[in-house]
Amino acid sequence: MIEIETITKRYADTTVVDNVSMTIAPRTITVIVGTSGSGKTTLMRMINRLVEPTSGTIRIDGEDTRGIPGHELRRRIGYAIQGHGLFPHRTVAENIATVPGLLGWDKSRIEAKVKELLSLFQLDPAAFGPRYPHELSGGQQQRVGVARALAAEPNILLMDEPFGALDPVIRAKAQEDLLAIQKHFGTTIVLVTHDMEEAFHLADRIAVMDKGKIVQYAAPEDMLVNPATDFVETLIGAGERPFRLLSIGTVGDATEAGIAEGEPLAAATSQRDALSALLWSGREALPVIGADGAPLGRVTLAGLTRRAARPQ
Amino acid sequence: MKRVLPNLLRLAVLIILILFLLQPYLFEPLLKPLVQANAPAIYNQGSLLSLTLSHLTTVFIATFAATIVAVGLAILVTRPIGAEFLPLSRSLVNIGQTFPPVAVLALAVPAVGFGEKPTLIALFLYGLLPIFENSMTGLSTLPPAIVEAARGTGMTAWQRLTKVELPLALPIILAGIRLSVTISLATATIGSTVAAKTLGEVIIAGLQSNNLAFVLQGGLVVAVLAVLIYDAFSAVERMLSRRAGRV
Repeated sequence: MIEIETITKRYADTTVVDNVSMTIAPRTITVIVGTSGSGKTTLMRMINRLVEPTSGTIRIDGEDTRGIPGHELRRRIGYAIQGHGLFPHRTVAENIATVPGLLGWDKSRIEAKVKELLSLFQLDPAAFGPRYPHELSGGQQQRVGVARALAAEPNILLMDEPFGALDPVIRAKAQEDLLAIQKHFGTTIVLVTHDMEEAFHLADRIAVMDKGKIVQYAAPEDMLVNPATDFVETLIGAGERPFRLLSIGTVGDATEAGIAEGEPLAAATSQRDALSALLWSGREALPVIGADGAPLGRVTLAGLTRRAARPQ
Repeated sequence: MKRVLPNLLRLAVLIILILFLLQPYLFEPLLKPLVQANAPAIYNQGSLLSLTLSHLTTVFIATFAATIVAVGLAILVTRPIGAEFLPLSRSLVNIGQTFPPVAVLALAVPAVGFGEKPTLIALFLYGLLPIFENSMTGLSTLPPAIVEAARGTGMTAWQRLTKVELPLALPIILAGIRLSVTISLATATIGSTVAAKTLGEVIIAGLQSNNLAFVLQGGLVVAVLAVLIYDAFSAVERMLSRRAGRV
């Protein structure tokens, strides 16, 4: 649990983060969105004290972060940034081993962890471990960057626009990977982005920042139905609302009994993608299958339309 | 394949240099036409090999000291704590560069006497600037994302310096040392005017006795050393840059 209490950051006479309080529940994904200059990155960087707050308190699992030396705090919190920030003079394996090395883990434990993470990110440890970062593609570098952030098994992972530099195809894949990994480790993730699509897809809770203040901190569904201010409404994009609502849930939740013809959809597909598949195929319904390929039922155009309507 | 021919040439030059230093009289017929009758064609007032070795030793010691001081200063002024020393450090190393080595020799002799010492002082001062400026550039132009990542992973200031900043700046720092060594190799010859044992002795002897062969062999040995050492440094820099993916 991360408790942020009346935190403020001022540089000379500009207030970048203004008296912000929020509580982030453990094992959830919280996405901070806002325009550039809204203070979202500064707010996140105060959690691991890359930026020292001017005033206010941040507690992690009840412990005041000011009581922990900055570098020790940062070894306990994973940190992944846009453009990955891998050390170019170290191999992929050495990069991932950075924090465990700083913590003084023994060699065999580090090796096992590096192997585990590389496999988890679908990179063959024998092939990729000894390579240097510049020999990897952008998507692979990004995965290694996240693997490095997770190497010391942190409870908390901070991500600063981690997928900003990726092309749309790889970005979608990276987002799926992140969701899977969050489930796997139960990590509390705080992610900063300006991409609303990404926010609605990933978040359990979204915090919207504007001019250093949090204007709304709510679950994605609530935010869609009751945007707190005109700014939030603009940010969501009024024309996108039904689609954003659909992008939160999966096909699994919208499955109805019955059978249908056509290319089956996986239960983990978002309802938005399902709607898209229905419209494109020109069908009224498509079959749904589980992860094991077993048929679960069908998803219908009418069902999705009901779900896309404003909740009463 | 492209690098084979230049490397063969370098190897050949190195072999000829070593042969000349060990057996200079083998080359007498080549140099004979340059001297008047009865004058010696090969330097005969001391061993060329021992002069070359002491020349290299002098340059090595001076450059080593200059590297320690210049890199140390560059590290200091690129830390937040030392930032205010930047203008002062710049002026100091600039003075070292603008003061002609001959003038340093003239000033140093009354203070420390004749011999190697004034030469070492002159070479040390003259060598500071390129190393300092390159170290400054190397340490202050690191990619921000990497510096940020180093902090984010929980490295202390010392760990960031030794594990990330210095290794990444190393190729640029080496380029500074390379310039400094090359300048010092040439400048060391004037140390012989104050009795330092360097290859300058051969050149000065040649000038005094109007012996073109002496001047040529002294000058050529220094030139060949400079070219070979310069190339060796360049090769190491290229290797390091390639590893760091900065090609």
